[in-house]
Formats: sequence, C-alpha cells, structure tokens
Amino acid sequence: MSEPREITESAVQSAVDAALAAIASAGDSAALKQVRTEHTGDKSALALLNAELRNVPNDRKAALGKLVGGARGRVNQAFAAREAEIVEAEAAAQLEAEAVDVTALPSRYTAGARHPLSLLQDRVCDVFTGMGWEIAEGPEVESEWFNFDALNFDADHPARAMQDTFFVDPPEAHLVMRTHTSPVQIRSMLDREVPLYVLAPGRVYRTDEFDATHLPVFMQFEGVAVDKGLTMAHLKGTLDHFVKAIFGDEAKIRLRPSFFPFTEPSAELDFWHPTFKGGARWIEWGGCGMMHPNVLKAAGIDPEVYTGFAFGMGVERGLMLRNDVQDMREMVEGDVRFSQQFGMVV
Amino acid sequence: MRVPLSWLAEYVELIPGTTPEDVHAALVKVGLEEEDVHTFELEGPVVVGEVLEFVEEPQSNGKTIRWCQVRVAPDGETAADGGDPVHGIVCGARNFFVGDKVVVTLPGAVLPGPFPIAARKTYGHVSDGMIASARELGLGDDHEGILRLSTLGIDAPVGTDAITLLGLDDAAIEINVTPDRGYAFSIRGVAREYAHATGARFRDPVEQAAPADASGDVFPVEIRDEDPIRGRVGSAVFATRIVRGVDPARPTPAWMIARLKLAGIRSISVLVDITNYVMLELGQPIHGYDLDALRGGIVVRRATPGETIVTLDGKERALHPEDLLITDDRGAIGIAGVMGGADTEMGETTRNVLIEAANFDPVSIARSARRHKLPSEASRRFERGVDPQIAGAAASRVAQLMVDLAGGVADEGGSLIHEAGAREAIVLPHGFVSSLIGVEYTEAEVHDALAEIGGVVTAVDGGFSVVPPSWRPDLTGKAELAEEVARLVGYHRIPSVLPVAPPGRGLTRSQRLRRQTADVLAGAGSTEVLSFPFATADENALYGSADGSAVASVRLVNALDQSTPFLRRSLLPGLIGAARRNRSRGLNDLDLFEIGLVFLPETGRTYGSDELPVGDAKPTDETLAALNAGIPRQPRHLGVLLVGDAVTKQPGQAAVPVGIVDALDAVRRVVLATGAELEVVQGAHQALHPGRTAELRVGGRAVGFAGELLPAVAIELDLPRVVAVAELDLDAVIAATEPAVEAQPIGTLPAATQDLSLLVGDDVAAAEVAEAVRAGAGDLLEHLHLVDDYRGSGVPEDSKSLTFALRFRAPDRTLTAAEASDAKNAGAALAGERFGAVIRA
Repeated sequence: MSEPREITESAVQSAVDAALAAIASAGDSAALKQVRTEHTGDKSALALLNAELRNVPNDRKAALGKLVGGARGRVNQAFAAREAEIVEAEAAAQLEAEAVDVTALPSRYTAGARHPLSLLQDRVCDVFTGMGWEIAEGPEVESEWFNFDALNFDADHPARAMQDTFFVDPPEAHLVMRTHTSPVQIRSMLDREVPLYVLAPGRVYRTDEFDATHLPVFMQFEGVAVDKGLTMAHLKGTLDHFVKAIFGDEAKIRLRPSFFPFTEPSAELDFWHPTFKGGARWIEWGGCGMMHPNVLKAAGIDPEVYTGFAFGMGVERGLMLRNDVQDMREMVEGDVRFSQQFGMVV
Repeated sequence: MRVPLSWLAEYVELIPGTTPEDVHAALVKVGLEEEDVHTFELEGPVVVGEVLEFVEEPQSNGKTIRWCQVRVAPDGETAADGGDPVHGIVCGARNFFVGDKVVVTLPGAVLPGPFPIAARKTYGHVSDGMIASARELGLGDDHEGILRLSTLGIDAPVGTDAITLLGLDDAAIEINVTPDRGYAFSIRGVAREYAHATGARFRDPVEQAAPADASGDVFPVEIRDEDPIRGRVGSAVFATRIVRGVDPARPTPAWMIARLKLAGIRSISVLVDITNYVMLELGQPIHGYDLDALRGGIVVRRATPGETIVTLDGKERALHPEDLLITDDRGAIGIAGVMGGADTEMGETTRNVLIEAANFDPVSIARSARRHKLPSEASRRFERGVDPQIAGAAASRVAQLMVDLAGGVADEGGSLIHEAGAREAIVLPHGFVSSLIGVEYTEAEVHDALAEIGGVVTAVDGGFSVVPPSWRPDLTGKAELAEEVARLVGYHRIPSVLPVAPPGRGLTRSQRLRRQTADVLAGAGSTEVLSFPFATADENALYGSADGSAVASVRLVNALDQSTPFLRRSLLPGLIGAARRNRSRGLNDLDLFEIGLVFLPETGRTYGSDELPVGDAKPTDETLAALNAGIPRQPRHLGVLLVGDAVTKQPGQAAVPVGIVDALDAVRRVVLATGAELEVVQGAHQALHPGRTAELRVGGRAVGFAGELLPAVAIELDLPRVVAVAELDLDAVIAATEPAVEAQPIGTLPAATQDLSLLVGDDVAAAEVAEAVRAGAGDLLEHLHLVDDYRGSGVPEDSKSLTFALRFRAPDRTLTAAEASDAKNAGAALAGERFGAVIRA
C-alpha cells in the first residue's frame, strides 16, 4: 500500500468503494480470502486510515473515527454477506458434483440366502413352539431298535421291508440310516417326562429313486404328543391348526384310514390347499395316527393311562406345494439361484 | 391290487354305470388308497369276422401276404364301420384258414398304443381294416399270428362286437393295499370293503364254493416242522384236491384271460390260469402239481443243510435250513408259498392234477422270499396273512374250474389238515373306542361296525367280547378294533379339537444359536446348500483327517451310487460338489455354507448291536445305554466355501478375490452368532495350503479349520487355484458358549489413542504379540488392533514391523498422555520379554 494518507471522506469512500467492488467480484472462497487480506488486512487502505486515527487531533478523533469505523463496518458487512453467498454456492456446487447414478454404484454386499427347506422347517418349528411344543432331534445313523422295533415294526413284517432302508455295513450290527424321524418319538419319550408335546424335524433316508418327486435323502418333521385323554380329535385339531398357519386360514385337514405299524388307528392326512396353483384342492401330505400301545410300552409308558398321537410330513413336499417348486432335485443340487430366489423368506 | 370291475360285481352289488372313479372314491373312505385305473384302451368298431377267401401274394421283400376277403357283417347288412359287409384286408400272418372266425378291427377303431385303424393302401391293395393278434388287442403276448377265435373256444356270429365278446370292455381299479390288510389282495376282500364303504350287499365267494371234504384222505400229506421259526409251525393248514383227465391244451376262456390281464397276470395255460384266478378271487395262493410226476406223498418240512431245488423258473437254488419245503420222496419239490419246483409243475403233458391250498407262516414265507429274492404273488399274500379258513373252499373252487374248463373229473373229497387254532376274543370295554377316537359312538355303532367286518361280537360285563374274523390277523387288540369302528363309521365324524400343551420353553439354546448362525451367514452374503452326505473313500481320507492319519468311515451296504458308499466325515466334499455344479452352470463367484451332520466313527471300534431288544417293552437302562453307545458320533458341522471374487468388479470398484480372509470372516460371523470365544492360530491340514491354514480353537481345543485348499487339490477339482474353506464343529462351539453374557460398564471419559510399532521376528504370530501387548498394558487398554505388518526397507531381515493402534481409557478419570504412554510401554515390554520385540522408532 502507498504512504499513509490523510483521512478524508473521499479517501475513505474510495477505499470502501474499492473494497466493495473487490468483494462483489470475488467468485469463490479463495478469491474472497484474497480480497479480505487486501481490503481489511493490516496493510489495506482502510487499516492504514484507521491507523492514521492515532495522529489526528483529539477534537476530530470522534468524527473521523466514526467515518473510518463506519466504513470498515460496511466493508465487513459486505464481506460477511458475500462469504455466506459463496459458502452456500460452493456447498451446493459440491453436492451437485457429488451426485451419483444410484443405479450404477458398486456394492460390496452380496446377497446370501438360507435354503428354503431350512426356512420352511424353521417356520414349522415356530408354529409348534408357539403352541408350547418343544423341538427334539436325533441321530441320522440310528439303531434298528429305535427305527423299527420300538416303533412296532416286527423284524419280519413286510412293512419293515417296505421302508427302502439304507443299511450300515455290516448289517448284523443293526444300524440303519433312519428311514423316518419317528425314532425321535421313542427318544423323546425315553428322555422326557409325560405329558410331552414334541416336534422332531430332520433328515431321513430311503433307497428311493432320485427324480422330480423323490429324493433318497429328504427332510421330515414328526410330531408326537403323549398325555392323558388325547384322542384322534386332538390329532386332527393340531394338524388343522398347523396347516392354517402354513397355508392360510382356509386350509383344513381330512383324514383317511391307512396303516402304519406305529399308529393305531392310522390315517393318511390330506389338507385343503386354498392357494394351490391350478386351483384349491385336497392334497396328500403325510401320515398320522394314535400311537400304538406297543410303542408307548417300548418307552415305558403305560398305554392304559396315557394315549398319544403322532404325525409325520415331508418338508420337500411342503415346499413343492406351498411355493410351487416343480422339481425336487433343485432342492439338493446346491445351485445358488434356487435358494437365492427365496433369500431369507419362504 | 388290481380289481376288474366285472369281477368285483360278482360279489358285491355295483349299481349299473358305476365308474372306476366311483369305486376308488368309495374304497378310499375305508383305507384302500387309489393308485390307477387300467383298461384295454380299445375303441371299436372291432367285430367278429369270417375269412371267406384269401390269395397269397409273394412280395419283393421276401414276405408273403394274404389278400383276404373277410365277412364282417351278415349278408345284406352294413358293417359296423358303415362299409360293405365284406372287407378286403391285407394280412401278414399265415396261421389261419378259410372259414376261421377272427377279430377284425375296422376303420375308425383304435388299438392300444394308441394305434388308429384306417383303410390304407398297402401291397397294392386298399386294406380296409386289420385282422388282430391277441397282443394287438392287449389280451396277451401272442404275436405269432392273428387270433383265431376257435383257439379261445369261441364261436360267435359275424359282426358281433368283439370288445364285449372278449371282455375287453372291462376296467380294473388299482389300489394300494397297506401291509396289514392282506385280505384286500383278493376280489373277496375288496368286495367286502366296498360293501363296508357303500352299504352294498356282499356275497362271500368262499360260501359259494363247496368246501373240500375234511374227512377225505385222497392224498397223503404230512406236516413235519421240526424247527418252527419263532415258535410258529410252518404250515397249520393244508388242503388238497385231485382232478383227473384234464386237457391242458384247452383254451382259457376269453373272460378269464381278460380278467387276469386286467389284474396284471399273463395267461399261461388253462390249468395255471385257473390257479391264478382263484388266488386273485379268494386271496388263497394255489399250487398245482402234475400228479403223475409226484413220487409218494407230500411232506412239509424245513430244508436240510446243503439241500437244493430247481425252481420252476429253471434256476437251481441252494436252500437254507429255515426254508419251508414241500417235498416228496425225491426231495424238495417246492419252496412253500414262494415258488414251486420244475420237476412237478403242470405242463403240456399233464393229465392229472394235485391241487394244493395251504396256509403258511407269514414269517417263514417272508424270510424265504427275501432270501431267494423271489417276491411272488403267493409270497406277497402269505407274508401279510392268508385266511386260514378258506383253504378247503379254495381247493374245491380250483377243482370245479378244472372240471368246467379243462375237462377233468374231480376225485370225491380231498384231504385237509387244519390245525389253525381259534382266534382269541378281545375284550373291548364300553367307552374305549370313544376315548381313543374322540367321537361319542353309541354301543350299537360299535357293535354293528365290528359285526359288519365279520367279527363275532358278544356283550360281556362292561363291554363287548370280539372274536375277529379269520381273514383279519391284524386285529390283535383294542386299538385295532377302535380303528375298525372309526373307519366304518367314517373318519369324517372325527371333530377337530386343539389340545393345550403344557407351556414350553421354545427352541433350545443350541437350536436357537444354530438358526442364528445360519441367518447371520446368509445375511452376510453366504448361500446355504444342503448336500447329500455321501462320500467316497478318498474324500473322507483327504478332508476328514487333518494330519493324514487313517480314519474310519460309516459304509452303507446298499448305497445308491457305488462310488459314494460312505457317509461324510467332512462337509467339504458336498460344498465342493455344489461349487463345481454352480460353476458348470456359469456361476463363478460363490459363497456357500452348509450346516449338517458328519459321521465320525472311531478307528478300530465296532459299532452296532448283535441282538436287539424286543419292541414292545422298555429295555433296561443298560441295554439302552449300550444301544446308544453303538451309534457312531454324529456332530453337527458348519462348512463354508468361497471361490471367485468376494467383491465383483464394478464401476469404481476393483474386484476383490476370495482368500483365507473370507473364510476367517465367516468364522467371525459364527463367533458373532453364537457368542463363542474362538481362537484362531496357525494350523495345518493335509488338504489345505500349508501357509494359509488357521486352526480354530475353543477353550484350547481344536474345533475346526479355515484356510485355502491346496492349489493342487483345487486344480484337480477343476476349481480356481484359490478356494477358501472353513469347517467347524458347530455343536462343540455352541456347547462351549456361556448361557448369559456378563455385561461390563461402558467408560464414558475421554480416551487416549496411541500407535505402537514393534519389531519382531517374522515367524512370530501377530496375535501372540497383540496378546502380550494387551496383557502388559493392563486394564487401561480398552482396544487394540493391528494396523500394519511391514517388512522391507528399514526393517532387518527375518523381522517384521507390527503397528498396533491402541485406545486407552480409565473408568474414573481422564487419562494423561503420560499414563497412556506408560501403559503402552508396559505392553511393549512384555512383548519384548516374550518375543524379543523392540519398539521401532
């Protein structure tokens, strides 16, 4: 800056004009910072004029002080206003610059999935735990006693041969891949006190064909209830409640006479599938019945005091019927596309 | 069981117009489940024709055809197809004569196939229809030539509808017979059930057959079972009849052929057909012997060691001492109830027949049929129990049919051994059925239902005494009788009542944490697969053993795939299989997990039990413990496999290939989901990269591993070089978790953060250095993590520089920088003490 000059109105005005013009023309915060240094800094015209106040006579100090002070106030005000404008504009510009195509952003997340059979099995368990039942499990390599004898399958009864059993080597050791989840009935009764209400989900094995509607390894869930005074009506009520939970309020149960060694009376269970693709209809889904007295006896429960019911259904078939899966093989091939279409919701 | 409706209608009233579907609908209500409907799949016009003349015309292809003129309608009338009464037909067969009555399928007819018949030009003629063979009509296998009606013993006027004439308009229902209802393997049994279902009148065919004269003794039979199985004598009932002078060449009547065919049995000869027919009708298997081939009388006994028989399928079979045999003076002439012998079977030269209708012990027959892999129509019935009261009637029915259809003469009387004891009565207390079924049945309903099924029901004090019918060996107790009442009255009467279970505790901790683990893994991008647990020997040896020591595997006797007869010891083979399948389908970036059982027998240990306890009583605790101890350990494992990119290439995002870090991240998710304290240390596994294997420990015990497959293994599997895997014993992990987390107070005063760089030998595990720093720094150290592992310029050879970011906090005061530094230095000092670590300036 030039030499200190005399404080005159025109000098002040000229400094103010120069400052305001500079502020107005500052386009960004860097320019504005420069303007601030030049027009309000220690060596700016206004600062020099202000410093000159020291040298003015006392009688003029007030007037000139007011003149310079007012000028500096005006400049500072303009500066603050401009600064606010610039901050806002720059913030807006930054947001604009940061805009992205939200449909083209990279993702570090990969969608995973539970297997729909597991999800359906979990749902089934939840329905029963909601009724106060407990969930039990057992081994998949099982003693024939639990899989057959205790369930009233006589060693020579054709029903035993009809189970398409995988035998563990050597066969004389009487170990099999469990052909149903029913051995867990026996294990539950041996392990727990009556009354008991237990659901046993799990994998079972049959030397079945491997095709669109049969798997040699599949999932079942087995229900067993033992209590005083249980009747077939309670069995039906339980199943009715269950199918409503899984297939909707219009679903219901129909029982047909059948035979299983471990139940007497026995029944095939059909359920009314209200949302079946192709129209509501009765669909077969498993077997059930009142526990055979011999089965209760195998677990040390007096059939003259307690009665029980049991039922078993296949999870794969449930998934086929409920979610319109056409080919069971898709459930075991491990193709991620199969599970991923369900995600975490079955 | 297949039941032709015309046959059914002989013994139970079928309302005219009843369709197979109607019959199915009725039978399913009483427990005979629908399987199928069988028809001859024939459509007319198919008529009786007479060959008027033919000309043989040799063809250039070497064949000679006959150009026939066949009368298919009486003179002056229109044929069934609307054409002339005489049709010109080309026929390739030459087994007929002028004047033969034949079956002509006229244009418009459809043969099974379906094979529509139309007038067509062939061999220079327009063939206006076809002369049919038995096979073309679906009536048999004979395709040697066309069917001459005279061979069936049939003569009918020209133009007669042959479909009706031959019984080809019949239909059969096929039902699934459950193993308890052996009697439903007969027309008799199904007719009875149909009567139960509909109320239609039932006529018992047994009552219509004249029973054999029990006092007769026309043929010597002796039952000499010196070694009954499970205390049950092999045969308690044995009836015989003799028919002499039969003509085995007589045609089997068309109606019988048609019924047998619909029932699934091929016509063989009139004598054999009759035995099959009566078996189907009454459920009593019949065996017919060529009487003249028998030597001496019949003795029923068990086989002796080393004894053999040639069965009528021509095979020589070694017999087992448990096999029940029919023998004569020469030795075995049949395996009782399973298959007859070749020497004594009825054949083309048979003139005199011995008819056997016997009752054999179900267990004995079941074992023999299984032992010799000879399931037959007869064994199927005996295994399920044949009515012991009908043998005589069945033998007589066969004899009568042989008289009627094969021209024989039956000997007066027969022989009948009948040592089947009377059925014991079952006491059924009033109210029992209602209390089991949940329906308030009246006493009359209970009485009537049990009487209707053939039981003898008498009132006793407080209930009924019920003697079950002879054809229902399955009715052994109160519960069985309750089922009969319930099904006859109808299962539809059972109301729906929801029982109230005692309050439960929801999922067990293990079930909950397992589900949470799966959810957390899936939520983090992993996809659950469920593989078959079958493995090869090599897979179990490689993945099921970390150090390569020999391991035992559970082996299946009858594996579906002979290459995978073992049960998996590891989840990795299944995950690898799934990965390969996905990649073969173009899905290259995979993050898979599986939770499932593995099967871990111990080497050198014998599993299983030689003897099993009986089924209908609780074994002792020792016996139960022994049974359970005989079952190999089957813990639930979690397996993880990643291949390809963990993060794919995207705009502004480079691809991040998978590696051991992803396997370890999966393990960290398990830690999160289960609350387990899992320790990761450097590990080794024969299937894994030696420098990229982590051992996972809980409470100091190894519970699994994580790492990368050995590149050579991965490449051998057609997978990329880097395959990240982890497997751990989820049961063990969960078992080691604390039931409840103990909360620590959260410090709210300001933290002091400092970095610490330590020079240590490059063979020292960072985690161990960190642990030393943590221990040395004490309670003020709130958090520590490794931010850098630097080797190279400025760091001595064989050393590395580990930089940790440390966060200090005191619960009660604001820490000074000096306090934080002191703590840091204490940590560095302990690391120095343990590993020679020095602070890097």
